[in-house]
Amino acid sequence: MSILIDENTRVIVQGITGRQASLHTKLMLEYGTKIVGGVTPGKGGLNVYGVPVYDYVEEAVKETRANASIIFVPAPYASDAIYEAINAKKYGLSLIVIITEHIPIHDSIKFINYGIFHNVKIIGPNTPGIIVPEKCKIGIMPARVFRKGCIGLVSRSGTLTYEIAYELYKHGYGVSTAIGLGGDPIIGIDMLEALLLFERDMDTRGVVLIGEIGGDMEERVAEYVYENGFSKPIIAFIAGRTAPPGRRMGHAGAIIIGDKGTVESKLKYFRKADISVVEKVSEIPILISQLI
Amino acid sequence: MSVEKREVEFFFVKNLDELKRHVFEIFSKNIAGYNIEEVLVEEMINIRSEIYLSFTIDRGERKYVFMASSIGGIDIENIAKEKPSRIIKIHIDPLIGLLEYQVRKALKKLSISDIHRENIRNIILKIYNIFIKYDCELVEINPLAISSDGRIYAVDAKIILDESALYRHRDLIKMVNYIFRKYSYVELDGDIGIMSNGAGLTMATMDTVKYFGGKPANFLDIGGGASADAVKNALKILLNKSNVKVILINILGGITRCDEVARGIIEAIDESGMKKPIIIRLMGTNEEEGVKILLNKENIIIVNNMEEAAKKAIKISRE
Repeated sequence: MSILIDENTRVIVQGITGRQASLHTKLMLEYGTKIVGGVTPGKGGLNVYGVPVYDYVEEAVKETRANASIIFVPAPYASDAIYEAINAKKYGLSLIVIITEHIPIHDSIKFINYGIFHNVKIIGPNTPGIIVPEKCKIGIMPARVFRKGCIGLVSRSGTLTYEIAYELYKHGYGVSTAIGLGGDPIIGIDMLEALLLFERDMDTRGVVLIGEIGGDMEERVAEYVYENGFSKPIIAFIAGRTAPPGRRMGHAGAIIIGDKGTVESKLKYFRKADISVVEKVSEIPILISQLI
Repeated sequence: MSVEKREVEFFFVKNLDELKRHVFEIFSKNIAGYNIEEVLVEEMINIRSEIYLSFTIDRGERKYVFMASSIGGIDIENIAKEKPSRIIKIHIDPLIGLLEYQVRKALKKLSISDIHRENIRNIILKIYNIFIKYDCELVEINPLAISSDGRIYAVDAKIILDESALYRHRDLIKMVNYIFRKYSYVELDGDIGIMSNGAGLTMATMDTVKYFGGKPANFLDIGGGASADAVKNALKILLNKSNVKVILINILGGITRCDEVARGIIEAIDESGMKKPIIIRLMGTNEEEGVKILLNKENIIIVNNMEEAAKKAIKISRE
């Protein structure tokens, strides 16, 4: 088992004829992901590495029976592509992975709400994607740092996820599923939702949370764990201990988030919830050997 | 200008002569090393009451939020902590937008007197329209003052724009003199220059340097998929910065290609002519090509682990 995707997930690539998208289509195919179709308006009938290209999502989903989409469409056009994907829910599409970065926040706040309303799971925007080693990769992460194993990996960062997956790899540990939540302020699946998916996953014996300063996602996870407990060990890493303070969002930011968002706050909440926090990456495999 | 501790000095003037005298006096001053370039002259008003108004984005709720309080002014953040019930928070569904009843509710809770109700209602609708029309992350008036003669003033206000949306607001780009940059850079006071890809990895690299006793000189994130040219321009900042003794580059290529990064590094060194030691950890997409470009180059040390790289950089920074 795994979370959200598995070896049967059938994927379409939106924006497939773009430079990054076609490169990663090739890499995902090589990994074994069932890439069944692609969409680029006006390019229907072509094929990319043997994958048929369609003009619109409904057509692609109906023809290929895809149930997931990965979006590479450039930011100014991404919103349109995402609504198109959400509206294909009635044809069976239920997961959207948004790789695109720099999508305006007023766009993402709308399509994220639209996705929630239509019960379509969204990962991202600005995510490296999701990977179940040896089974399925829907994303842009370098596959070779992910080994199959029993650790669930949830991360707010892209490249830092690769760093930590590689650290696990070097020490003989692997991941059940690794999910990058996306680096944007407004994202679909958040840290708590991912954690709860891992709680139900039989293949996951422990979870590594990779957080960073800003926002209060880590605090909300800690509050949940404090109140409800969690059946598997959790190890957390927070990036940004030395980071300069971020941009102040006027008084409004302070009113909404209070004292949360800083490294100190996140550490305090994790401590209260009895979640182990490591200071450097190399401590993660050591702690895994003790806890899991 | 930004000065850490601002000493605020107010001058109240009654006529043009007094105004001139004070303005000349202010222009002759030098405050915290800055020459005075502009003087703000504002009408003096007697404030009877202050209101706080803002529209922003609540990340946790994934909704817009309209906030208002009948206690405006600089104490608003304390009020949020001590008397949170005095701040009205109304979440707005971004797919529907601000609704009339939400404005009515806010006006009622603010206890706005009948004579000001229509005016303040219009102000709320106007700032909401600005928030939406210009892709703002924040529009805030604090305080909105009602003077003793019954007039309404926005005494201070703040707008934060979403940089990702600026492409559709060409007029604003000109107005705020915005420069598009491919990288994100913040200066700190250490001596180990840091360059990495992705905010999380860049911060983790800095944290690791600090953990082993070194001092990061900066935060420099080249972002995802940086071209050789972007890498070159970013790295030149560190090469040219006098307090940077050694540079630590930590790249994990996913969408970023190691060969592009390597080419950028060589171009930066060649163009700047600087001979600072560079510790580089390069892994991921097109790693072999990247390493080949950097192999056996003067002043470049390749390592294969972040913590190793940090320790090595610290050692060199102390030589």
